[in-house]
Amino acid sequence: MAGRDDPARDLARDLDGDIADDLADDLLALLLRIGDDHLILGHRLSEWCGHAPMLEEDLALPNMALDLIGTARMCYGYAAEIEGGGRSEDDYAFLRDGTDFRHMLMVERPNGDFAHTMLRQFLFAAWMHPLWDGLTGASDARLADHAGKAVKEMAYHVRHSGEWVIRLGDGTAESARRMRAALDDLGPYIGEMFESDETSARLVVAGLLPDPATVRAAFDSTVARTFTMAQLPPLEIGAGISGGRAGRHGEVLGHLLAEMQFLQRAYPGQTW
Amino acid sequence: MVAVRDIDQDFGRDDVLADIRRIAESVPDPELVVVNVGDLGIIRDLRHDDGGAVEIDVTPTYSACPATLAIELAIETAVAAAGHDVRVRRVLAPAWTTDWITPAGRAKLKQAGIAPPLPRDDGTGDHDYFARPQVACPRCDSLDTTELSAFGATACKAQHRCLSCHEPFDYFKCL
Repeated sequence: MAGRDDPARDLARDLDGDIADDLADDLLALLLRIGDDHLILGHRLSEWCGHAPMLEEDLALPNMALDLIGTARMCYGYAAEIEGGGRSEDDYAFLRDGTDFRHMLMVERPNGDFAHTMLRQFLFAAWMHPLWDGLTGASDARLADHAGKAVKEMAYHVRHSGEWVIRLGDGTAESARRMRAALDDLGPYIGEMFESDETSARLVVAGLLPDPATVRAAFDSTVARTFTMAQLPPLEIGAGISGGRAGRHGEVLGHLLAEMQFLQRAYPGQTW
Repeated sequence: MVAVRDIDQDFGRDDVLADIRRIAESVPDPELVVVNVGDLGIIRDLRHDDGGAVEIDVTPTYSACPATLAIELAIETAVAAAGHDVRVRRVLAPAWTTDWITPAGRAKLKQAGIAPPLPRDDGTGDHDYFARPQVACPRCDSLDTTELSAFGATACKAQHRCLSCHEPFDYFKCL
């Protein structure tokens, strides 16, 4: 990938400042994938507000949700400019139907118990942190600039959720049972993080995504270290369930959108 | 002669910019009123644009910090009230770090009972996720402290407790 001061960093833009047409579609696809991952997971975390098992987590979960929704806003705002069709960031969040969303299936899974939510958060952050780290050198300056902020926040998410994975996995018989049950439940959804398709392959070549092998190695290392401390079995990523990047989602997404989008659907045009 | 006059004008414009910087930096943080935006180090640059207005570069602390927009509006309002045509520009890079909080700002935080952030190089490293920062109690300076909650009343703070004087306190997280 091009370095921060490398002139090639802005190769995604031509001399007029417009993004080259052939890259614009791929960049748009990338922004929706990242934006939707962050929005849907952020919404799931926000569902814990007022319901967390202790006050500290009632603060932690919405705080992490806020970080995730901040990234979604950046992605949608940028996507709207690339599309140039007059859509706002709110339109992407509140007025698209389920099949238009491009997040991976793991983030839409219902929260389950606290162990399930924390393991899902840990797996997501352990993947997203090295991805943001790589994107700090992205060939698109706006994405790289945002990555410089998001990478610090995501490291904190890894720490917070990882400590809970360790605390529960290596805790009481009941907490360990629940953490293992969460791993069994989320297992089939982990592989989708590392799937590649034609779009992602072109994004890597264009310097808009880091080398997948680097991200995978960092993820494996973080998970192995944490799972060892948590007394969890080594993670094996086998055949799983996917389709989120192509807009094929579970029934659960419809229920999530019904709640998240209700206000804008019932009372169109509301703003803060 | 012409060159000398130009230099004089430049000096005059610099004085105006320094004045505007002072006004902008004195705007208090809406969520952490003991410090102002100058203490936080979030005003990165300012300049006259081609039309004679002043453009101020401000960088957000956290990407989703709810205070960002309020701070930008407060800066514009304060500078405009002093009679200047002003526009705030949001810049993301280089990303803000707590290392940019000034010594005066750190002293004000401590005075208010908030432990100032540790320097990045011996605080929580991004790649040793589970490293524990050794935070000093802002009241008694003891290093015998423990984290109560990784998140606090605002995105930028965690809650700690001193095991020497037993007082709870906020820690401004290292970012």
